Amino acid sequence: MTRVLAVLAALLLALPARAGVEIKEVTSPGGITAWLVEEHSIPFVALELRFRGGGSLDAPGKRGATNLMVGLLEEGAGDLDARGFARASEELAASFRYNVHDDAVTVSAKFLTENRDQAVALLRESLVNPRFDEDAINRVRAQVLSSIRSDERDPQAIAGRRFDALVYGDHPYGSPLDGTLESVGALTRDDIVAAHQGALARDRLYVSVVGDITAEDLGALLDTLVGDLPETGAPMPAEVTPRFEGGMTIVDFDTPQSVVMFGQPGIAFEDPDYFAAYLLNVILGGGGFESRLMQEVREKRGLTYGVYSYLVDKDQADIWMGSVASANDRVAQAIEVIRAEWARARDQGVTAEELDLAKTYLTGAYPLRFDGNGPIANIMVGMQMSGMPIDYIETRNDRVNAVTLDDVNRVARALLDPGKLSFVVVGRPQGLSN
Amino acid sequence: MLRILTMLSALVALATVARADDQVTHFTLDNGMEVVVIEDHRAPVVVHMVWYRAGSADEKPGVSGVAHFLEHLLFKGTDTLAPGEFSRTVARNGGNDNAFTSFDYTAYYQRVAADRLELMMKMESDRMVNLRLDEGDIATERAVIIEERNMRTENSPSALFREQKRAAQYLNHRYGVPVIGWRHEMEGLDLKAALDYYKQYYAPNNAILVVAGDVQPDDVRALAEKYYGALPANPDLGARTRPSEPRQMAERRMVFRDARVAQPYVSRSYIAPERDSGAQEKAAALTMLAELLGGGTTSYLAEKLQFETQTAVYTAAFYDGLSLDDSTFSLIAVPADGVSLQQAEDAMDAAVKQFIADGIDPQDLDRIKMQLRAAQIYARDDVERLANRYGQALTQGLTVADVQAWPDILQAVTADDILSAAQEVLDRDKAVTGWLMSKEQEMTQ
Repeated sequence: MTRVLAVLAALLLALPARAGVEIKEVTSPGGITAWLVEEHSIPFVALELRFRGGGSLDAPGKRGATNLMVGLLEEGAGDLDARGFARASEELAASFRYNVHDDAVTVSAKFLTENRDQAVALLRESLVNPRFDEDAINRVRAQVLSSIRSDERDPQAIAGRRFDALVYGDHPYGSPLDGTLESVGALTRDDIVAAHQGALARDRLYVSVVGDITAEDLGALLDTLVGDLPETGAPMPAEVTPRFEGGMTIVDFDTPQSVVMFGQPGIAFEDPDYFAAYLLNVILGGGGFESRLMQEVREKRGLTYGVYSYLVDKDQADIWMGSVASANDRVAQAIEVIRAEWARARDQGVTAEELDLAKTYLTGAYPLRFDGNGPIANIMVGMQMSGMPIDYIETRNDRVNAVTLDDVNRVARALLDPGKLSFVVVGRPQGLSN
Repeated sequence: MLRILTMLSALVALATVARADDQVTHFTLDNGMEVVVIEDHRAPVVVHMVWYRAGSADEKPGVSGVAHFLEHLLFKGTDTLAPGEFSRTVARNGGNDNAFTSFDYTAYYQRVAADRLELMMKMESDRMVNLRLDEGDIATERAVIIEERNMRTENSPSALFREQKRAAQYLNHRYGVPVIGWRHEMEGLDLKAALDYYKQYYAPNNAILVVAGDVQPDDVRALAEKYYGALPANPDLGARTRPSEPRQMAERRMVFRDARVAQPYVSRSYIAPERDSGAQEKAAALTMLAELLGGGTTSYLAEKLQFETQTAVYTAAFYDGLSLDDSTFSLIAVPADGVSLQQAEDAMDAAVKQFIADGIDPQDLDRIKMQLRAAQIYARDDVERLANRYGQALTQGLTVADVQAWPDILQAVTADDILSAAQEVLDRDKAVTGWLMSKEQEMTQ
């Protein structure tokens, strides 16, 4: 069996891992840098913008300001009110999506070659000249408040909130970026304007573009699109050391299936052992049906529909977390199995066969990601945010393959910590106590 | 602000089928299995899918959920593959695999490097006929699907509400029974029920192969003939006939209360015709109607309920013409703070009436048609989505020609077509209206 694996691995390594992706770095006349892949076979462009900072830039007492601000970018800009802006983007058949995360504001755009200049001009207005009209603020605020109220009775959202609060405490990561009913209710237009100036600045901007555009045209486009944004924005939040005290936190909620989140300290992408940890995670709980958690909790015992673990690499903290959901009368057993697997991986490590499978999966799956303008733009902007070199795609599989069994098992012993593994359970679990 | 949409809706928005005729090759094997090949040579990737013309609406009464249960069981062993070996082999080849079940179809897919296509066909054709199950597989996997139901449905009042509403919508047709199954029937699903369904429906003459990505149609044909062509057709497949709905004679209404509801809303769904082969015009008009009435910020419901008045924080209309039998056209209104469900429903009804009275602004229609034309360009960037489009259509009574005609049929829709479709379909006596609310909320807020 091992020989077959080795042959397959060799075949996979022979695949064109770049998958035809040739990245150019483009710097605009105004000094804005973007990564570009020219792909002229379909007459449109996919563009991704990332502004580092995101929801964590909220000023003290203004939780939810960045989120509300981002929700308002498409609700009126320049000469256009909310519906005027929507009509204009529909007439161009352009798609603009604005979102906010803990560490970034994201803008994903698609527009046709045939009306590219108009689409870019419209997108620019939403980024540079959003109106923040009072009626739009109140309308979107009502939507946010509705969503916050729903989250307060949603077991998944409750689990996430409690987990974050326990792990991150007073740091912005410790509370939902939507804010609370009180904080969002009190936000003023001035707060929104301040959040806009703080979050959408050029000193924290990353850009990637894939599609039917040349480097020269892209240079001009970039200056038009973001050249008039402020040079600097709000200071980044402080680092936070996540707190994991082990044990169990039960949140009583009357629902038939308990929702569980668990976690322990993680590892930074910059750490030389990151790839070993990443492979370990694939084996433990990140590799779909093949992972140990999935095999033990779902396939062998039928205790859940899904159980997963993942490395969370935030800008200001690194954690290793996971999730599972199981009926109230079975969740205790699911948690027992997860704890046992965590300890087994630390104490006994993984096998050479498991590591080979994880490697062939990861290295084989990697080139499959580059299969459309949108996905490639998304990957490239993520690479920039993570500080990866522009040739990373070519080297990535080598980095995976360089990890040895000793590396993985050394990292398992050093990093996996069943004593710190902390659980939050939302539901009416039987046989569990705080 | 689209977050609320994901919160509320498991419904399908505007169906945008790409004009990709030049990428598509279609043929039928001697045993009756249809094959669709969609070429995209930009990346060395292939999506390999087998779609069965069999979903939950093809189940016998009493074993609801068996179509989906069987879908799970297909990842157990065959004569030559050990349990779990299918997915393990896909992973070992750097691929991903999964499956999904709906009312009208069950589909299995793998996404893998293009040079692994043959291995995928070998394994997929094997499990079409050689499945081996034992009682142990059944017990564990039944527990898994019950946890899946817990996650998707029992833990979500909104999902329970939709399930109850659907049951009220279809009195006789199996669309009224949830795909995942009624819990009490799921608990009794056994090996025999799963194998009965398997033997009846899993056969090449009831399946469609869709291969999309970096492949040549001739190569796909040769491989398909080798692996799928070797399987015998099921002569006893029979016609796909289902019980049909009786005439609806009264408006149906329900109030669904659950302590976990934080945001009440009203939802209305009308029985509506689906896309029929060679006759997709009415469905095209309804597709446009859903966009005009509730397709987002510029739509009529948004204008009346969210902009001119602050009656609702969110409104929408949904219609999906891809369905083997009668589909639904749905409206939803999430009332603003201090607005009762009755007020929201009244405002929604008034807006629908006014929409029909006002007629259609040609500019609004042009804007939607422009977006639909562009959608054909954008769709070429995502062959997996195109593959899904063909798989859904071909399992739901349409042909490749119907799929390819659809963009032009949409472009040909007139304002009159839309208004007459609205008048025909938006009849409260052919609808179910539901209020989702919390236990403590007053009926007259």
